[in-house]
Amino acid sequence: MMEILAVLGLPLAGGALLALWGHEKWAPELNSMASFCTFIASILLAWKVLVSGSMVVLNEQFFIDSFNVFLVVLTAFVAFTTTLFSRPYMRNEAVLSSLSNYQLRLYHSMYQIFCFTMLLALTTNNLGILWVAMEGATLATVLLVSLYRTRESLEAAWKYFILCGVGIAQALFGTILIYFASEKVLGAGGTALLWTHLDAAKGSLEPTVLSIAFVFLIVGYGTKVGLVPLHSWLPDAHAEGPTPVSAVLSGLLLNVALYAVVRCKILVEGALHNRFADDLMIGFGLLTVLTAAFLLWRQKDIKRLFGYSSIEHMGLMTFAFGIGANFAGLLHMTVHSLTKSAIFFSVGHAVQRSGTQTMEAIRGLIKFPAIGWGLMLGALAILGMPPFGVFTSEFLILTHAMQSHPWSTPVLLIALGVAFASIFGKVQSMVWGEPAGKELLHAQASLPILLHLAMVLLLGLYIPPYLARWYSEAARLIG
Amino acid sequence: MALSSQFINLLASILLLLAFAMLSQRRIRSLIRLFMVQGMTLAVSTVVIASTTNQSHLYYSALLTFSLKVVILPWILFRMIRQLNVEWDVETLINIPSTMLVGIAIVIVSFNLALPISHLAGTITRSTIGIAMACVLLSLLMMITRSKAISQVIGFLSMENGLFFAATSTTYGMPMVVELGVALDVLVGVLILGVFFFQIREKFESLDLKHLEKAEEE
Repeated sequence: MMEILAVLGLPLAGGALLALWGHEKWAPELNSMASFCTFIASILLAWKVLVSGSMVVLNEQFFIDSFNVFLVVLTAFVAFTTTLFSRPYMRNEAVLSSLSNYQLRLYHSMYQIFCFTMLLALTTNNLGILWVAMEGATLATVLLVSLYRTRESLEAAWKYFILCGVGIAQALFGTILIYFASEKVLGAGGTALLWTHLDAAKGSLEPTVLSIAFVFLIVGYGTKVGLVPLHSWLPDAHAEGPTPVSAVLSGLLLNVALYAVVRCKILVEGALHNRFADDLMIGFGLLTVLTAAFLLWRQKDIKRLFGYSSIEHMGLMTFAFGIGANFAGLLHMTVHSLTKSAIFFSVGHAVQRSGTQTMEAIRGLIKFPAIGWGLMLGALAILGMPPFGVFTSEFLILTHAMQSHPWSTPVLLIALGVAFASIFGKVQSMVWGEPAGKELLHAQASLPILLHLAMVLLLGLYIPPYLARWYSEAARLIG
Repeated sequence: MALSSQFINLLASILLLLAFAMLSQRRIRSLIRLFMVQGMTLAVSTVVIASTTNQSHLYYSALLTFSLKVVILPWILFRMIRQLNVEWDVETLINIPSTMLVGIAIVIVSFNLALPISHLAGTITRSTIGIAMACVLLSLLMMITRSKAISQVIGFLSMENGLFFAATSTTYGMPMVVELGVALDVLVGVLILGVFFFQIREKFESLDLKHLEKAEEE
């Protein structure tokens, strides 16, 4: 219980402090410190779950099991390494884009509040609070996307707010329908929206209502996952916001939204006893993978390119959970989040050096080893090259698909092939060639890039037994 | 019982009419007034449901609705349009007759969609679920057809009203903690949008979103 309070309280307190002192010289360090403490608290929480199993605390409002505690640790970890990257990055930005004190306070404070909403969404036991936290995450990031106040960024933020707001309103309707069905079984009042109670009674929930509810929920939370055709906010928001925000949007927020979909899927599956929810996820997943892969080809902006790559991978995960390859899906969540944030770290510094996000104008990154190699290896990893971890998870998803849904394999292979051709060619021309650009005022943060890539490499070569046990346990919970 | 149930049905039909009125209203000031009336109707219907079914927590949510949607949000919106000097702005781009026709189609679809749900509902208000769904979808239509940022936001808020009505009419309201959370999100959302409007205004010298360059769709 103490651990949960720490995990949620630390980012909240950090957000409050940074709202006051976010413009000070030492604010980036305070930001890192808050995230580091959150990370430690999340480790303690995970340790407790590992020792004593899943737990329900604080008047049953919070529920921790193997499935969400692993995402809590991942979220806290990537949030921490992103603050390490954000230290030199935002110091450079403050000069390059001449950010005001107000903007710096806003950035640092909202970063922590954003982490808080994600951790709240992961740990809450109440489907209603899950919705509130997801909407809170949108609100916290909308002003971050428009931080630079350029025309494009305002437009991107507006699109982000309206599309995600409309989407998430559909999810609220789905939640109301679930409450409507559960209230008959569990009685009115506070417990009828608690996930643990719903899970225990899922067999007796009214199937028609739950199937309608799931359609609204997958459309609603799916908007935040970036599922096609509701994805159009995602590339804009990734391209226009500051790069640390792109990194946490891609690496964390999309995972949390997918987590919400999967949690609801468990309930709907238990009530329906058929493959309706799975089939919806397979359909959305495949459509997303395929569309995103072909759109990758036409990108000119480096951050939009990797935004579309995130859409593609989220589609792949949705597909994996749909066909029941839960182990592979969870592994893919982990490696995608580590790799994609490492890529955005390199991209952020590359863009600062070249002064542009247009890929044609970025050349010769290899002269700055951490950036050039970081981008090259990160791109190879995200494209599923062995020996990186993405290869392992994609391989597992593909073999599972071959067994259960053989017709889907060629579709996936085509999509992965097209994605490879588009991204690899573009990254290659940026990494090699005559270097151009200027020196950075503050040296780049190489540590987070190397750390993430090393972890992805390790996960590709060898998954430690306790981690594997953890994934299997979580995969079993998803069912 | 019969009388109050008729009264609720009357209020529900007023909500539906208001949704159509908003759909066809070109003036921003009148739009905010309609939004106020909608909030008021919602609060009254919640009180009626609360008194006939003895659900005491509904009184609190009626109070919450009244203070948020009749007092605070309209006050913020009125202040905003005064400061932005768009008080007398008129939407010129909408084609009212065809929007109305689409709206009628939406109402028919939502009544069909709500049919299986209202059969299952045991609440005295079950016949209004179709109306709640129609209000949500009509607000969505309004957001799609409008080009001014403020009208889109009012569409968004009235969609939230529709959802709230759906919650009270299907289940006598969500648990209090969730309602408070939703209300907080709505309030924070509107405040953030306020900041946002000024930024848009500063950059584009207009709040008309048609001036935004069309975002590349690829």
